[in-house]
Amino acid sequence: MKIVAVTACPTGIAHTYMAAEALEAAAEEAGHEIVVETQGSAGSTPLTAEQLAEADAAIFAADVEVRDKERFAHLPQVSVGVKKAISGGDLLIAQAEEAAKNHVPAAAGAPAATPAGAKAPTGPGAASKVRAWLMTGVSHVIPFVAAGGLLIALGFALAGYQINLPDDSPLYKQILSGSFDIGSVTAWGALAFGVGSAAFSFLVPVLSGYIAYAMADRPALVPGFVGGAIAVTTHAGFLGGLISGFIAGGLVMWIKTWRVPRALAGIMPVLVIPLLSTAVVGLLMFVVIGRPIALITEGLTSWLNGLSGANALLLGVLLGLMMCFDMGGPVNKAAYTFAVAGLSTGSGGALTIMAAVMAAGMVPPLAMALATVVRKSLFSEVERENGRAAWLLGASFISEGAIPFAAADPFRVIPSIMVGGAVTGALSMTLGATLRAPHGGVFVVPLMGNPLGFLVAVVVGTLVACALVVALKTFARRRPAQAGTTTTETVTERETVSA
Amino acid sequence: MSDLITADLVDLDLPTGDRREVVRSLAERLVKAGRVTDLDQFLADIEAREAQMPTGLDGGIGIPHCRSAAVTEPTLGFGRSAAGVDFGAEDGTPADLVFLIAAPEGGGSDHMTVLAALARRLVRKSFTGELRSVTDPAAAAGFIAKEVSA
Repeated sequence: MKIVAVTACPTGIAHTYMAAEALEAAAEEAGHEIVVETQGSAGSTPLTAEQLAEADAAIFAADVEVRDKERFAHLPQVSVGVKKAISGGDLLIAQAEEAAKNHVPAAAGAPAATPAGAKAPTGPGAASKVRAWLMTGVSHVIPFVAAGGLLIALGFALAGYQINLPDDSPLYKQILSGSFDIGSVTAWGALAFGVGSAAFSFLVPVLSGYIAYAMADRPALVPGFVGGAIAVTTHAGFLGGLISGFIAGGLVMWIKTWRVPRALAGIMPVLVIPLLSTAVVGLLMFVVIGRPIALITEGLTSWLNGLSGANALLLGVLLGLMMCFDMGGPVNKAAYTFAVAGLSTGSGGALTIMAAVMAAGMVPPLAMALATVVRKSLFSEVERENGRAAWLLGASFISEGAIPFAAADPFRVIPSIMVGGAVTGALSMTLGATLRAPHGGVFVVPLMGNPLGFLVAVVVGTLVACALVVALKTFARRRPAQAGTTTTETVTERETVSA
Repeated sequence: MSDLITADLVDLDLPTGDRREVVRSLAERLVKAGRVTDLDQFLADIEAREAQMPTGLDGGIGIPHCRSAAVTEPTLGFGRSAAGVDFGAEDGTPADLVFLIAAPEGGGSDHMTVLAALARRLVRKSFTGELRSVTDPAAAAGFIAKEVSA
């Protein structure tokens, strides 16, 4: 078989050539002919028309855009990050063989220009691409979670939970809008809380924006960020942000494939694409996604109100599941609002509900923090760092601390923490912990009825959620490992983070 | 054009420390040899590249590198660390071989060929194996210079 390949990296002095060397060695080993075009700083010898015509497959190992990619339009293609070629050249060659085997030549007249990577021929390629996009979003969001969350926790620690009671004009805003009293601890608490909240308000937009960026580069930043901001306005939470990120990225990918007149081509990336895609994403997020989410929240709230007399254990399970589903999104909010609304009635039942809701809300960050400690290898470096901050965030009832983990691997993380939350909710209800404060985490434990029961509930739920996450992630890793792709998959993640 | 590497640019016993400290100690050799004009600028450029994507490779190799206005000619600093230095490799192994690759900002492509040749050698087991066993700086520099000019 004859293979053509392009290698390219951002600096163009090291990885480009290492990847080329590794690919050449692997191809020789497998008995194929390969010609590599190194698009690096030492200049590249372009592939000849003859080499291109005779080739059976193309491999792109690049972290930057491959130059003149349309030359390869007639070939089955395998696209990966440059590091993947260095560590797994043999695997790539095997994928190229596979791609060549399954390749159906495109009909004449079919559009030659498809978005970068859209031709990834194999299933796992597509899945790891989605993971890589998610990881780009997650890695950018983690500093916001850590900085914002820790400041909010500091605010609670200094000024008490009264700093942000759920009303229209919370105390911290009143304090910050007045003159700042340097001698007042409460004022400093309010400041920390206010700054932390400001950082948190970027969480969903940054997640959405950088998912879109990973998918379709700079033109996708605007629709990604704006879509994320709308997810905040419409209370769609981080799941709404994931959706807006993917919509924005996909849309820009598609627009990039349009054939436009030369005169227009120059202003496409800076004007046309951002304008069009932002308008469309905005429309979708407000009208198509925002409205149903508001309805869901309303529906859940009235449904919960109807359940008030229900079996305490069942209610605990339900609230626990809801608190841990979307960490600050509509479902979580419905459960939380339900609990807080009950506080004003002051009934004993309402106080146990508040305790259960807070206990369950503490589980996701705590469980993920624990998981990063007991099974380091299942998490990326950035996730492990986020795990360190997540201890304090969980202890402070800042469920958002788990968002980076949930966004990176929603189908394994969310079910696990939901089960943990359900266990905690049920236990807290059964053990009869009560709470009058709507926020505060461990800082308000002294104010509780049966604080020991509350802590037991939190700890047990955390252990359950952690065990599940570890089990699901281990199982998922093992399967691809049999196919021999585990290491390479993680490589792709890192790379796209840098793209 | 002088050699890519000389004995002065080899440190077979790198000080124990984190990635930044180790890179700084190697970079100081480049400054002393007159190949880097501004240490802080150079380290900032290295750090910017690390931030894009860690440069650790599987099998205990770190290749901090950058193109920098503070670099006068393509240069390699080579160091060996007994304790190992974490360059964020996928396999989690700390690097015992550290290749600090310095490229001038606007270097023409002939300038860069030598670095391309070096990069190609880095994925060869025979190349890294030899550098793990070599016992004196002059021999290490001589070996690398011979390999990249071959």
